[in-house]
Amino acid sequence: MAILGAINPMLSVGLDGDNAWRLADYVKRDGYSALRRILESGIGQGDVINEVKKSVLRGRGGAGFPTGLKWSFMPRSFPGDKYVVCNSDEGEPGTFKDRDILRYNPHAVIEGMAIAAFAMGAARGYNYIHGEVWEIYERFEEALDEARAAGFLGRNILGSGFDFDLFAHHGYGAYICGEETALLESIEGKKGQPRFKPPFPASFGLYGKPTTINNTETFASVPYIINMGGERYLESGKPNNGGTKLFSVSGHVNRPGNYEVPLGTPFATLLEMAGGMRGGRQLKGCIPGGSSAPVVPGPTMMDCTMDYDSISKAGSMLGSGAVIVMDETTCMVKALERLSYFYYEESCGQCTPCREGTSWLYKVVHRIEHGKGRADDLDLLGSVTTNIMGRTICALGDAASMPVQSFIKHFRDEFAYHIENRKCLVPVDVQRAGSGFFTATA
Amino acid sequence: MEIEIDGKIAQVPDGSTIMDAAQQVGVYIPHFCYHKKLSIAANCRMCLVQVEKAPKPLPACATPVTNGMKVFTHSELAIKAQKGVMEFLLINHPLDCPICDQGGECQLQDLAVGYGGGASRFQEDKRVVFHKDVGPLISMQEMARCIHCTRCVRFGQEIAGVMELGMASRNMHSEITTFVGRSVDSELSGNMIDLCPVGALTSRPFRYSARSWELARRRSISPHDSVGANLTLQVKNNVVMRVLPRDNEEVNECWISDKERFSYEALNSPARLGRPMIRVDGVLREVAWNVALDYASHALRDVVSRSGGESVAALASPQATLEELHLLQKLTRGLGSGSIDFRPRRRDFSADGKLAGIPWLGLRLSEIQDLDAALVVGSFLRKDHPLFAQRLRQLSKKWGKVSLLSVTGDDQLLRLHAQRTVSPAELPLALAAVVKAAALLRGEPVPAGLENVEPCGVSQVIASSLVEGDKRAIFLGNVAEQSPQATLLHSLANELARLTGASCGFIGDGANSVGGHLAKAFPTALNAYDMFAQPRKAYFLLGVEPELDCHNPQQAVAALQAADLVVMLTPFADGSAREYADVLLPISPFSETSGSYVNCEGRVQSFSGVVRPFGDARPAWKVLRVLGNLLSLAGFDQNSSEQVRDEIIAAGTEFVSGLDNRLAALPLALSGSSSGLQRVADVPIHFADLLARRAPALQQTRDAAAPTARMSGQTLNALGLTDGVLVRVTQGAGEAVLAAKVDETTPPACVRVAAAHVSTAALGDMFGAINVERA
Repeated sequence: MAILGAINPMLSVGLDGDNAWRLADYVKRDGYSALRRILESGIGQGDVINEVKKSVLRGRGGAGFPTGLKWSFMPRSFPGDKYVVCNSDEGEPGTFKDRDILRYNPHAVIEGMAIAAFAMGAARGYNYIHGEVWEIYERFEEALDEARAAGFLGRNILGSGFDFDLFAHHGYGAYICGEETALLESIEGKKGQPRFKPPFPASFGLYGKPTTINNTETFASVPYIINMGGERYLESGKPNNGGTKLFSVSGHVNRPGNYEVPLGTPFATLLEMAGGMRGGRQLKGCIPGGSSAPVVPGPTMMDCTMDYDSISKAGSMLGSGAVIVMDETTCMVKALERLSYFYYEESCGQCTPCREGTSWLYKVVHRIEHGKGRADDLDLLGSVTTNIMGRTICALGDAASMPVQSFIKHFRDEFAYHIENRKCLVPVDVQRAGSGFFTATA
Repeated sequence: MEIEIDGKIAQVPDGSTIMDAAQQVGVYIPHFCYHKKLSIAANCRMCLVQVEKAPKPLPACATPVTNGMKVFTHSELAIKAQKGVMEFLLINHPLDCPICDQGGECQLQDLAVGYGGGASRFQEDKRVVFHKDVGPLISMQEMARCIHCTRCVRFGQEIAGVMELGMASRNMHSEITTFVGRSVDSELSGNMIDLCPVGALTSRPFRYSARSWELARRRSISPHDSVGANLTLQVKNNVVMRVLPRDNEEVNECWISDKERFSYEALNSPARLGRPMIRVDGVLREVAWNVALDYASHALRDVVSRSGGESVAALASPQATLEELHLLQKLTRGLGSGSIDFRPRRRDFSADGKLAGIPWLGLRLSEIQDLDAALVVGSFLRKDHPLFAQRLRQLSKKWGKVSLLSVTGDDQLLRLHAQRTVSPAELPLALAAVVKAAALLRGEPVPAGLENVEPCGVSQVIASSLVEGDKRAIFLGNVAEQSPQATLLHSLANELARLTGASCGFIGDGANSVGGHLAKAFPTALNAYDMFAQPRKAYFLLGVEPELDCHNPQQAVAALQAADLVVMLTPFADGSAREYADVLLPISPFSETSGSYVNCEGRVQSFSGVVRPFGDARPAWKVLRVLGNLLSLAGFDQNSSEQVRDEIIAAGTEFVSGLDNRLAALPLALSGSSSGLQRVADVPIHFADLLARRAPALQQTRDAAAPTARMSGQTLNALGLTDGVLVRVTQGAGEAVLAAKVDETTPPACVRVAAAHVSTAALGDMFGAINVERA
């Protein structure tokens, strides 16, 4: 079972059965009809982009940038090579939706990329797949073979004269390679380190050529938009937040997993679909958009709807749609320590504030968690994060800083208690009981 | 575009960055990773500035200027950002300034004064980074000091043409390192030491020998190659402690080669000759100057009166200054001899007397960057002319089509448009093929003598690159000058230049290869080869070591040993000079004398001595002047080297006149291909001159590995040899025992045996027949 629950689903429709990912099944689900229609009915490149614009599809990778607008930045008439690149380097802690899209519905991604390539006049594409999900890479390669054999990829697709070659490329698990320019460097065979922007990939991308990079889910949504029309897609979500979205729900819920719901669905509904809080406990906090998004306190979160604007109003980001649920047994200091360790470990080391700052943040949080915090540590953390944010080449510095800032902002008492009393506000055995891996002793 | 920086208005071209504009209006923006000659990395973040309407501070080095942009480099936001970055840079940087070699000339130290805090908020353990051994020149002992600016990495990739350093690992564990087990071997590697803004990469020979503030900085000119790199010699207690490049965009930009940087060690070598010596009863004895000069002048006069003026020959190094060469030729001619030369490695002199002017590069060095195409004929480009090769490398990265026609396929680390590797004897034929292809392309009559030449595909590619575009050049390298068919190559190159409209010129094998012509230090009787082929009674040697510097050392040493008198002006007391010299006069190397070099583009560069001469050594021009007086010759009454120079060129001359590479028409007589094994002799970079030979650090580099007999696997098999066996290499009566080595860059039926090394000094011609057998 690919998706644990859904409301008005698109991407996850008909994915039951072992062969749902295969081309034959996909075609039965109306697959490749969008591509066929575009190529056979002479719909223009501009029309495709307009349709995507009308759908208000926003990038599903984290930043939420309007996809149609991004596509319109591509110099379509540029005479040389142009590329479309799919970012399947899903490394954000809490996120596991692209993995399942590629596992259960890979042809939607292929079709979406082919449509994008057509719309932007690209003849080559790459799907960069996270190196730690190897079987997904192998499955995608197999799906590519199927699509090539069926004539949906390659030379003269469906006799239209449109050429598009698509390749899978796997990374080796570096989080930074999910940053689009680091991803391009990695495809080029270089060390995955972000480039300074400008120039942006639309003018200087892969091998220095105009390139558009979108998330897996974004590309996978495209065939559905073309089939149902941009306006209907938009209506299936809420204004300015078109369509449905996959949410990876993890943490202290009874049924962690992927859920497809329309944007604008109340968080409470999503939580209910995920089986509710484990052990019926209270929601303490929630990271609504992957580990880089600021944490939102439980009560605020319960009032949110799951869309870009509502979450933004609550002071966080919808991000990649990774909903990390934490109940009252969670020690927020420990949670932040783990997050900070991740960013410290995954900083690429290229630019100073991130390289030095992320390790500093981790060391200070680590110190607090281990009962060695100092009175001015919270101010120090605040100061270090402001020195990192907005000073780095890519967004990893911001991503490392936002959890620190938000955890301290919303759970300052807990941090202060830790520093003062050299132990956790939430007793260790309560934490253990809540984790589900230990039996409570008290 | 107009931009306002701190209230100052600058007009800058489209595509400029804020950093460019700030430099134009004289606003200093702190930076580490930015360097004018390297690509933009924007990784140190020190140059963050405030830009109006931008929500975040932006890096000045990477942010393009937009029209009407307003930039504040000292606003609260900018200063806060810069101080924040400085704090990050310092948290893991060791506080070892008092024992750091970079102390006093460290960009991080300097900027920390302005942007660093008085105390650190970082209480944790600092990062530890292991040291690396990357060879004898660069010390990477304290890599914890590295601030990851990646200048060294970018230098390797972009300037040296080979990525020998890279940044491995991630996050704060990133470290600059080589590929596993490799060393840094680029001939330009020392520049990374200059580029390193902190004390991570330091000079291995220099480290811990002086503090930067103890050093006086004196200007000088490199004596090592024909580019004439501008140097800063740093002096402490009358000793040259270190050599650094001096910026001259038109000559060496801001680079120097490792040979230029580290040869200074020889200036302080224990092998320096400190007192004059004369041979008494077969033994060299130290004597006072007046005794030595008296002895030399009498002995010379004796030889002349007994055997005539033509029994004396004089040979100078092309490293000798203009003034020295001028006085030497005057002295020689005063003695009644026309046998004077400054081209010891040359074999074919038939162009002498047929030259329209002084052979030179054919264009200015700074014009290389604008060429559309270039052809280099007969050159070990990178090792013979590191900085010249660097300019061609930059050209090849842009649009220039650089082709190479030479005698080995050595990797020049530049993107070659076309390359053809032939044996030395076939080099004229290969060039003739290009000439003919060019004639056919141009629809011009094929030059006489080339009727039977068949242009191959590569020749046609080269020819067509030379007929296209505005500016093209043909460069004749050291091999083309040293070849026994040098004049033919010269004629062919001129013909190619005529057909294609390209310029034609010589890169030049010495610091003063143009100056020697200007000083008229060329022969009217016996040339540098013939003066040994037809042994003379007396030899006068200036800064030259014939067993290493001559085209045929075997013949040269035999003639010297048989001579009645050998007067040698040299800075060094070691070497086989002690076996044949009768008078050793200690002279000053370039650091201890004033003088002038005329580089390959005809640029006159005069310099002064930066330290007092070692021991009793004296500037060679003074020694020659006194000898002239003692020999009662006219025209030896100059009181300064400037007076000597002014006799040759008008005071204040920047570029000499009379440069012309044309040659009186000579028949293009191509000989048939030769049979048997041929020698290919390179002059390895660190054996090429008497300073480099005595610089210990340079002698430990890979470039200074002992010569081997290198040949292709096929040649090796045909000789019944295997890789690594010892072989006896013979030319005439001389032999050398070397290890055989497979080297597929060597053309068929050729054996590459380096010249200029003691192990091969017994051999003969650089490009003659050679015999190889199992030892």
